[in-house]
Amino acid sequence: MSEKSYLEALNLAITEEMRRDEGVMIFGEDVGGVKGGVFGVTKGLAEEFGDQRVFNSPLGESEIAGLAVGLGVMGHHAIAEFQFADYILPAVNQIMSEATKMRYKSAGDWISPIVMRTPYGGGVRGGFYHSQSTEKIFAGQPGLRIVTPSTVYDAKGMLKSAIRSEDPVLFYEHKKLYRSIKDDIPDVDYTVPLDKANVIEHGDDVTVIAYGMMLQFVLNAAEELKDDFSIEVVDLRSLYPIDKDTVLEAIRKTGKVLLVTEDAKEGSVMNNVSAIIAEEALFDLDAPIKILAGPDSPSMPYAKSLEDAFLVNQADVTKSIRELAEF
Amino acid sequence: MKLKDSQLTKDELIQAYRMIKEARMLDERLWQLNRIGKSTFNISGQGAEVGQVAMALAFEHDKDYFLPYYRDMAAVMVWGMSAKDILMGSLGKVDDPSSHGRQMPNHYGDRAHNIVPFSSTVTTQYPVATGVALAMQIDDSKAITLTATGEGSTSEGDFHEALNFAGVQKLPMVFVIENNGYAISTPNSEEFGVKDLSVRATGYGIFGKQVNGRDFTETYLAFKEAADNARNDKGATLIEMLVDRLTAHSSDDDQRVYRTPEDIAEMKENDCVMLMERQLLSEKILNEDELEGIKKELEIKINQATEEAEEMPNPASDQLMTHIYEEE
Repeated sequence: MSEKSYLEALNLAITEEMRRDEGVMIFGEDVGGVKGGVFGVTKGLAEEFGDQRVFNSPLGESEIAGLAVGLGVMGHHAIAEFQFADYILPAVNQIMSEATKMRYKSAGDWISPIVMRTPYGGGVRGGFYHSQSTEKIFAGQPGLRIVTPSTVYDAKGMLKSAIRSEDPVLFYEHKKLYRSIKDDIPDVDYTVPLDKANVIEHGDDVTVIAYGMMLQFVLNAAEELKDDFSIEVVDLRSLYPIDKDTVLEAIRKTGKVLLVTEDAKEGSVMNNVSAIIAEEALFDLDAPIKILAGPDSPSMPYAKSLEDAFLVNQADVTKSIRELAEF
Repeated sequence: MKLKDSQLTKDELIQAYRMIKEARMLDERLWQLNRIGKSTFNISGQGAEVGQVAMALAFEHDKDYFLPYYRDMAAVMVWGMSAKDILMGSLGKVDDPSSHGRQMPNHYGDRAHNIVPFSSTVTTQYPVATGVALAMQIDDSKAITLTATGEGSTSEGDFHEALNFAGVQKLPMVFVIENNGYAISTPNSEEFGVKDLSVRATGYGIFGKQVNGRDFTETYLAFKEAADNARNDKGATLIEMLVDRLTAHSSDDDQRVYRTPEDIAEMKENDCVMLMERQLLSEKILNEDELEGIKKELEIKINQATEEAEEMPNPASDQLMTHIYEEE
């Protein structure tokens, strides 16, 4: 075991997979050379694996995605980085029309076994275009996997699984977690499945489902409230497709569910989770489904006062759990 | 240019003509199938067959990859697809190698022949092709990539992004723009401000050339040079191939609405297949009887392929939910 940050765990996953499989390549804006990415996730990779397997792409996101698809077609497990999740929009056509449909449109004759990594999430004073959660744009496109690790252990294990997967994977990394969480993780090779939600804490009073920065708030709240209530905490992990079995089992256990996302509520992944629960488990509930989410403002503003007003915070989470438990 | 200046043998030229004629006659069959309601769509390469066959013959089909667009029937047949393969696509049959009945007709692909399937979105195959070419460069496979699109696609951002990257990495590939004058009903004059799209190559640091796609030899030699450059690590080429669109945009369009009768008549008088037949006769490569013989032979072949394709099974409805994710 060694203590690693979330960012170091991601770097380690890529390093180990590139050592294991010569076909793995990584590229994106500022990913190569000595810089190794604007956040440093790919630092040291060009030095170890050379400029052919680790390189800077020109500043064009559609090309970044299309390039990955073409490499995937040829049997390379390509890892493409979009510098911020906000910048992924020019690549939507490549992701939806090519990456996601390659397997289906050829009935399995061709596949697109690629990973598209991108940092998302707010609370870093990044303003409109360095703060957003864009996963909702893609959530609902069969053929694509959308995942996000919310713990250091998962950061390494899920990225390794994503690289080995034969499916196109959109891999969201919460940028505020990069350096803010550390944990002891195994030095050995291990993987974490991409399609399973994870019950992190077991409890009987309320089930809380979250991912990203919000999961940290939920874990803190569960600790703070532990003398009064026992909380079932579920890390969603797979944002599409949703792991229905784990979600439904966890909510049936307590009969009360709080869903937390920092994304604006309308059309969010948690709205999808809510729809599944409402459709399949309404009569197992003892209280209405509660969703704690960002406001439906067009994006997250820069000013500290406005950013704070946008973001769900620790106090909101703790209060909502308590209210639901006492319902 | 004379056919003999292509440096191909007489037999190779006859074989090339046979493929051109087969593509023309097969497309005519697809229109018939559409008009009698057996297929719901057709989109043609009529008027581009000579250019497409000349283009495709410049490549090594056992190792080079092709990312075509929907008018490329003649080119994919050179690459290895059969009349029956294409008919199965139009009829939505399970053994259709392009998509097993999943995509619309004329969306060609074939794993067995290195043809990567594309989307109707247009131009998205250009960036994907750069990935295929980069893999070839990294894997040092000595193979090269050809990708095609229409001239309307040159207005898409993917066109720029792909050419830019090909220039940066000196990719072993050839890009072709098959310019037939119209993007559905939008003429060249409303699509771009240049007379020669191949000049754009200069802006990306790659080779560029405009060719008359009705001229077999000129087209073949241009693609041969581009393929040689790609194979010898000299980098990518953008070729603008001038062709005609003898039919409407698709079976759901009528070009008489937006093109003048004179324009259409002039185009038909310069039909590339007819021009090539005249050349074959004047250069004494084939005589009238031999041309007629090939036509008869192809009629039988296409009739037989049609019958065989029609008898093939449709995909079972339970195939709908297969091949979505990796199956365990």
